[in-house]
Amino acid sequence: MSETASLLADAATRLFEEHLDEDAIRRAAKGAWLVDAWTAIEAMGLPLALLSEDRGGFGVDPSEALALLRVAGFYGCPLPVGETMLANRVLANAGLPLSDGAAAIVPAGAGAALSREGNRWRLAGTAARVPWSETIGTLLVETAGPEGRHVVRLAKGQWRTTETAANVAGHRRDTIAFDGVVDAVSPFNRDLLLGSAALGTILIAGALDRVLELTVDHVNERVQFGRALAKFQAVQHECAEIAGEVAAAGAAADIAADGLGRPADAARLAIASAKLRAGEAVGRAVGFAHQLHGAIGFTAEHRLHLFTTALWAWREEHRGHGYWAKLIGDAALAAGPDGFWPLVTEA
Amino acid sequence: MERFTFPSPPPSPAAEALRAEVRAFLAGALANRTPLERSESWNGFDRDFSRKMGARGWLGMTWPKRYGGHERSAFERYVIVEETLAAGAPVLAHWIGDRQSGPTLLKFGTEEQKQTVLPRIAAGEAVFCIGMSEPDSGSDLAATRTKAARVDEGWRITGTKIWTTNAHRSNYMILFCRTSGTPADRHAGTSQLLIDLENTPGMTVRPIIDLAGQHHFNEVHFEDALVPAGALIGTEGEGWHQVMSELAFERSGPERFLSSIQLIVELIRALQESESDAARLAIGRLTAHLIVLRRLSRGVAAMLEAGANPSLHAAIVKDVGSIFEQSVPEIARTLVEAEPDKASTSDFNAVLANILLNAPSWSLRGGTREILRGIIARGLGLR
Ligand SMILES: Cc1cc2nc3c(=O)[nH]c(=O)nc-3n(C[C@H](O)[C@H](O)[C@H](O)COP(=O)(O)OP(=O)(O)OC[C@H]3O[C@@H](n4cnc5c(N)ncnc54)[C@H](O)[C@@H]3O)c2cc1C
Repeated sequence: MSETASLLADAATRLFEEHLDEDAIRRAAKGAWLVDAWTAIEAMGLPLALLSEDRGGFGVDPSEALALLRVAGFYGCPLPVGETMLANRVLANAGLPLSDGAAAIVPAGAGAALSREGNRWRLAGTAARVPWSETIGTLLVETAGPEGRHVVRLAKGQWRTTETAANVAGHRRDTIAFDGVVDAVSPFNRDLLLGSAALGTILIAGALDRVLELTVDHVNERVQFGRALAKFQAVQHECAEIAGEVAAAGAAADIAADGLGRPADAARLAIASAKLRAGEAVGRAVGFAHQLHGAIGFTAEHRLHLFTTALWAWREEHRGHGYWAKLIGDAALAAGPDGFWPLVTEA
Repeated sequence: MERFTFPSPPPSPAAEALRAEVRAFLAGALANRTPLERSESWNGFDRDFSRKMGARGWLGMTWPKRYGGHERSAFERYVIVEETLAAGAPVLAHWIGDRQSGPTLLKFGTEEQKQTVLPRIAAGEAVFCIGMSEPDSGSDLAATRTKAARVDEGWRITGTKIWTTNAHRSNYMILFCRTSGTPADRHAGTSQLLIDLENTPGMTVRPIIDLAGQHHFNEVHFEDALVPAGALIGTEGEGWHQVMSELAFERSGPERFLSSIQLIVELIRALQESESDAARLAIGRLTAHLIVLRRLSRGVAAMLEAGANPSLHAAIVKDVGSIFEQSVPEIARTLVEAEPDKASTSDFNAVLANILLNAPSWSLRGGTREILRGIIARGLGLR
C-alpha cells in the first residue's frame, strides 16, 4: 500500500468510526438517511475516489480507493458510497456533470427504455429496489436497446417514487418511475450491473471482516463451564471456518477491485465469480457467527444482526447466486473440457 | 484481533510468458495420458518426466544458480506447479524435493548438503520422501519417538516412520526425530537428518497398500541404522522450528485445491450436450470457487516471494481448498448418473472412481483439517 493509501484508510476508518456508530446504523436500519455521515463522506471526498487526481480523486490506485469501500463495509455502511463512486467515474468519463449528492444506479435490463424524440431522447420506465430514492440527488440509468448502450443522468425531479420499501436490513429500497425528455445521455461501453456487483462484493468482504471480529471478541469474553468459549475446540474450529470464508470473500473483493479496472468483457467472469463466492461466504460465516453468539446474538439489542442482516441483503443485490452461476456455467461449458483451465487462469 | 490479509499477486508478464511455454510442452509430453491417469494428480510417478522438467529449468526455479537453481520468482514457479497439476502430469518424482525438501535444505542445510543434493533435485534426479509421521505420532508430531544417538561414526537411528509416500523409490528422506531426551520433552531435543536411502544400512522399507489398491506409502524401519555426522540438517535440537517451516512449504501450493480438477474436466465433457440449468449452475459455482481459491493461493505465493512466513495463510487455503476438492465428486454424482469404476471404458466413471477413492486423504495428508483449524484458531488469538 502506498503511503497516501494508508493515510486514506486511516482517515476513512476515523470517519466511519465517528459517523457510523451503532446508533447511526440502527437509525439507518429504520429507514433513516444519515445526513451527518453523508456530509462527512462528501467532505472527505469519498464520492470522487475513483476519479483521477485532477478531477478530485485521491491520486491512488483504483484498488487502493476501493479498499476504502471495504472499510465502509466493516462499519456496515448503509449509504450508497460505492454507487456514488462508480456513478461519478462513469459520469466523468462520459463528460456529464458529476453526481449532485448521493447517487443510485439502475443497470440495463431493469426496465428503462431510451428512444429518439425528434433530435432529443426520451427515457421512460420504472426501476425497483432503488436506494433512498427520495434523498439521492442523481440517478444513473443504463439502457441497452436498439440504439445501443447508453447511460442517462437523471437529476432530482426527473423520477418519482411510486412505492417505498426496504431491504431485509431496513435500508430504503424504493420503486420509482420516470418518463421524460432527457439531455444528459452518453453512449456507454461498460456494464453497470457488473460494476455494481464488484462494489457489492467489496462491501460484503468488509462486513464479513466485522462479523469475524465480533465473533472472536464474543467467544473470548463469554464464559461458560468456567472457561471462555474460545477455549473449547469446537468453538475454535467454527471460528476457523469463519476465517476461511472471510479469507475467500476478501480474495473475492480483491478480484472485484481488479475487475473494475478491466474492460467489462475481460472482467465479467472474474467479477461474477467474486460476487458468487462472497455471497456463499455470507451464508456460512453468518451461520457460524450466530451460532457462536448464542441467544444474545438473536436479539434486536445486540449489534451482530446489524451486520448480518445487511449481508443477507447485499448478497442478493446486483443479482444473486443463480444469475451469476448461470453466467459462469455457460462460459465454462462453452469453453469445454480443453478450454476450462485456460478460462480459469484468464479470469 | 489481527485481520488476515492475503497480498495481491502483482502482474507477472514473465510468468504468463512461461505459461504458454509450459502448456505447449505438456500438450506434447502428455499427449497419450488418459483421463484416469491424469486424475492421479500429483501421485503420478515418472522419473523421465521429472528429468525433462529439470532439463527445462522448471525445478528448483527460485533457488540460487550456484545450487542448480534458476533464480526465478515464486510466481513463475507457481505457473509451473499449477499448469502441471491442471494437466494431470506425473510430477511425484520431483514434487516433494522441489516443494519442501529442497527449500528446507536451502534454508537450514550445510554447505555440503546444498552443493551435493540441491542440483540433483533441480535436475529431476533426486527423489525425496518425508519422514515425519510415526505409528504413535501422527497429528501429534512432537510425540516423535524415533531416536538418533550421536556416536563416533555419526548418528545411530532407531525407530519407525509410517505413511512415508515414495520411500520405496526415493533417493533421500528428511527425517524428523529425537536427538536427545524423551517424547515427554515434546518440541525440545528434536532434529532433522538427511537420510541417503541408498546407503543406509539398518533401514528397511515395507509397502503399505492404500484403499485404492495402490502402493504409494510405506513403513520405514530404522534399526541401529547408521548415517554420517554430516547428515544433520541445521541445528541439533532445532528440529521443531525447522519442521514447522517445512510444513509451511508443504501446505502452501495449489495442489491443496486442485486434486479433483480432472473430475471437473470430465464433468464438463459429460455435460457438453446437456440442457440442464442445474448443471450450469453447479459448474458455474465450482468454477467461481476455483477462481477465488486460486487468487488466495497466489496470495500465498506473493508472501513466499516477499520472504514472509505463510504458515497461517497456507493453513487457510488448504482448509478451504480441501473442502472444495472433496465436494467435487459429491456434486458430480448429482449431475451425471454413473457407477464409479476404475476399469470402466467411460472416462467419467473411471475418473469418478479414482477421485472418490482418494478424496478422504486430502484432508489428512500434510496436516489434518482439525490441525489446520487449530493453527487458524491460534492465529485468531483463541488459543
Ligand atoms: C495419502 C497420505 C500420504 C501421506 N504421506 C506422508 C508422508 O509422506 N510422510 C509423512 O510423514 N506422513 C505422511 N502422511 C501422514 C499424515 O501426515 C498423517 O496422516 C496426519 O498427520 C494425521 O496423522 P494420523 O493419520 O496418525 O491421524 P491422527 O493424528 O490419529 O488423527 C485422526 C483424527 O483425529 C483428529 N485429531 C488428532 N488430534 C486431534 C486434536 N488434538 N484435536 C482434534 N482432532 C484431532 C485428526 O484431525 C484426525 O481427524 C500421509 C497421509 C496420507 C493420508
